[in-house]
Amino acid sequence: MLIKQAQDLTEADVTPHSVYRARRRFMQAGLAAGAALGWPWLARGAIDLGDITPGPYTSDEKKTPYKDVTTYNNFYEFGTSKDDPAVRSGSLVTDPWSVSVGGECDRPGSVGLEDILKAHAMQERIYRLRCVEGWSMVIPWVGFPLADFIKRFQPNSRAKYVEFETLYDKTQMPGQRRRVLDWPYREGLRMDEALHPLTLLAVGLYGEPLPNQNGAPIRLVVPWKYGFKSIKSIVKVRFRETQPVSSWQQAAPSEYGFYSNVNPNVDHPRWSQRR
Amino acid sequence: MPIALTKSLLFALGLLPAVLLGWQFYRDDLGANPIEAVTHSTGEWTLRWLLITLAMTPLKRLSGWYWPVRVRRMLGLFAFFYACLHLMTYLWLDQFFDWSEIWLDIIDRPFITVGMLAFVLLLPLALSSNRYSIKKLGRNWKRLHRLAYVAPVLGVLHFWWLVKADVLEPAIYALLLAALLLMRLPPYRRDEKAKAARQGAG
Repeated sequence: MLIKQAQDLTEADVTPHSVYRARRRFMQAGLAAGAALGWPWLARGAIDLGDITPGPYTSDEKKTPYKDVTTYNNFYEFGTSKDDPAVRSGSLVTDPWSVSVGGECDRPGSVGLEDILKAHAMQERIYRLRCVEGWSMVIPWVGFPLADFIKRFQPNSRAKYVEFETLYDKTQMPGQRRRVLDWPYREGLRMDEALHPLTLLAVGLYGEPLPNQNGAPIRLVVPWKYGFKSIKSIVKVRFRETQPVSSWQQAAPSEYGFYSNVNPNVDHPRWSQRR
Repeated sequence: MPIALTKSLLFALGLLPAVLLGWQFYRDDLGANPIEAVTHSTGEWTLRWLLITLAMTPLKRLSGWYWPVRVRRMLGLFAFFYACLHLMTYLWLDQFFDWSEIWLDIIDRPFITVGMLAFVLLLPLALSSNRYSIKKLGRNWKRLHRLAYVAPVLGVLHFWWLVKADVLEPAIYALLLAALLLMRLPPYRRDEKAKAARQGAG
């Protein structure tokens, strides 16, 4: 059977983002009204990213199509195939969501996602995400500098590293039923890397809230490190004096080092990194 | 069912994965990384056909049917066919015949080394899978074709060393392969030997 494809659509047929946003806001207002009337489920999934402005760092490289970005993912919490996350991440509940921050800081605490979104102005940043497996994608992220987030908790002088943790819940993340990695997924950065202006906490891509398979509702994006460092669906942030051990580092220390900076001249022990 | 029909059916079945894959490739229906999808699919089909081929002798012994042995060569050649597709995908679509890069890959990366070795072992088997060679090689033909036990071991190793953390799939292939090889050890072949002895005595 031949399924016709709409090949004659052009960029001009795409709804302009401003019109889309206006429509979104109208619908969200309707949903909020519905929620106020006693149907709270109407408000679910209505994460509002607010206004998005182009960030100071961008790229004119050709963006990877939205469909590829959202159907080809490494997110072992939902399975180890590339298409598992898109198919199996429906069970992840991202609203309500909060991130608890602790460790070596003066103002530890837990923040709700709405508060995070309200406190920071959203920027669009186009970065190339390079996977250690040898493929890459150019993705327009929506987010804000991790540094701005970190400063709110006033890390003290002993805070030399930041450790992040993904949600650990087998009912929401079916891939965690098998111990492929030592759950929960953990990652870490040195403090200066975490405070670097390129380091982003992303809450969206292509102008929309993050789809579950891309690490909803909030994830890290470190463009000069391999993709596995950019931890997804973060629930915990901890300031530490000692270098944390990340999940992949624990699984294979010789292959996934703590720093794992992108370097085409250094091959992964098992495959080429030259292209 | 006449053997000719069985063979025709199996031939069509053997081509099916390649045809489907080609169609999906042509339709751009293989996701974000089509080359990887083709590489993985042809590699897995190579392993599957190798294991299916190895299953024929035990199947004949357990069932008493004779057809499994008569289709064995064709199944083995399908394994070789998919191995060729797998290798071509790597050489052409993945590396685009960049021979220096390919050579570095072979000597640097154990999983590619064993994969290449497995292919090299399959090559003489495919080339000598005709009546002429069987006659010409005599006893040695059987010895040579014991490589059919070694190649899948290397193939499974190739798969095992490729995956990052989740070894479930290669482990399943390893278990099946181990079972098929174990069935060839003397204690499991007692019936057959007894039968042969009886026939010899009678």
